[in-house]
Amino acid sequence: MIQLAAPFTEEKIRSLKVGDMVEISGVIFTGRDAVHKWLYEGNEPPVSLRDGIIYHCGPVVMKKKGQWVVTAAGPTTSTREEPYQATIIEKHGVRAVIGKGGMGEKTRQACQKFGCVYLHAVGGAAQVLAEAIKKVRTVYMLEKFGSPEAIWELEVENFPVVVTIDSHGNSLHKDIEAESAQNLSKLMQQIGKPAAAK
Amino acid sequence: MTSSQQKKLQEAFVEIVRKTSAELPQDVVDAVIEGLEREAKESRGEYALKIIQKNIELAKKKSQPLCQDTGSILFYIHYPRKLDSELLTKLVKKAVVSATKKGFLRQNSVDSLTGENNGTNVGPGTPTLHLEPWKKDHIEVKLMLKGGGCENVGAQYSLPDARIGAGRDLYGVKKCILDAVQQAQGKGCGPGVLGVIVGGDRATGYLASKEQFLRKMRDKNPNPVLSKLEEECLQEANQLGIGPMGFGGKTTLMGVKIGALNRLPASFFVSVSYMCWAFRRQGAKLSTQGKIQKWLY
Repeated sequence: MIQLAAPFTEEKIRSLKVGDMVEISGVIFTGRDAVHKWLYEGNEPPVSLRDGIIYHCGPVVMKKKGQWVVTAAGPTTSTREEPYQATIIEKHGVRAVIGKGGMGEKTRQACQKFGCVYLHAVGGAAQVLAEAIKKVRTVYMLEKFGSPEAIWELEVENFPVVVTIDSHGNSLHKDIEAESAQNLSKLMQQIGKPAAAK
Repeated sequence: MTSSQQKKLQEAFVEIVRKTSAELPQDVVDAVIEGLEREAKESRGEYALKIIQKNIELAKKKSQPLCQDTGSILFYIHYPRKLDSELLTKLVKKAVVSATKKGFLRQNSVDSLTGENNGTNVGPGTPTLHLEPWKKDHIEVKLMLKGGGCENVGAQYSLPDARIGAGRDLYGVKKCILDAVQQAQGKGCGPGVLGVIVGGDRATGYLASKEQFLRKMRDKNPNPVLSKLEEECLQEANQLGIGPMGFGGKTTLMGVKIGALNRLPASFFVSVSYMCWAFRRQGAKLSTQGKIQKWLY
């Protein structure tokens, strides 16, 4: 297990490799569809994202005794942000993106060029991930975008993820897709043939 | 039905929703643990399954949604003939509104034309109710909550299918099933379970494919042909190497459930529904007075 603690410097990010199991401690920012489109259109973020981490997540946040508390916070599917992500990584100096399901070629290239990684959280693990969020620092654009789409500034401790796109041009998604496609084609060829021929 | 009887029934429905959202049935938990034991120590697949296992325990302990996407709400209800089905429908909908207010369900029902969300989970098509009268004098309620990620990767094939070289026979069916698993990788949160229907029309095939999820994970298909096909598909899908969450590994699927419906001579559909690891399914035997007599899973 690799510990990734703030500040998230380019050096630390570049040292991560595809397949690494990582626990993050520090500040992360949620951002999903509305935020990505808005930044892509050239608007300035209300808080600097330089050397920061964006989490593709629409958390369930409740106000308890005047304090914001995150009660569920699993990742959402990242591919929806594929058209925007590379530009945002470049322009705002984002060092890591957390999500699920992986991202495409443009993001992989941006990670390599600008020193960023894609970190895969376990989809559906809303309670485990909410437990790793220790504090809601503040929220931006709550009125404009609504709670799930707002930018929540969260303090996390030992937030568990796996590196699936690193800053050296590697993508676990690409590798597993190619490997499983090969396995599938072998299996497909065997289907319908007599057992002796296998 | 007296108003206190109605109130009791509604409360029982809310409890069924709560339990379904927060607690996976034991047969699914067992399958997750089997997957965990199968994966190599210190591997990414084992890591994902350990987090999944911890999440299952935590959600149950906290009585909170296991996954924030509480999904499509699918009720399967049998009821005594003397009960009024319209009244039952009304009570179920009221229970859904109440369970949403209590936070067991996310506000998950969106107007497809305006994008508006009234926050109640009740609207055209939601929740989905399948009501059937029967001769017994108790009510049986089964409920599934099926998340959007896994719903999006369902697939329907019309045979013959030239792309995957699938003809109109059981070999062709198997090719469809394996192709669907390959296409779903990374998107439906794995390891998953497949519900498959061979035949039917486009609507009945999908409908019945979801009903396959009402079966227990380790049951045996009474039809020996389908039973064999289920075992083969499970074993072969787990040779693809996709693994938990698409991280690579041995556990790509936890189960395959297959049924068959008659078809038109001109049609040969294979309908595949994918259920994520957050396989939320519960059921209860209820008295008409609203008392939960027995949990079914």
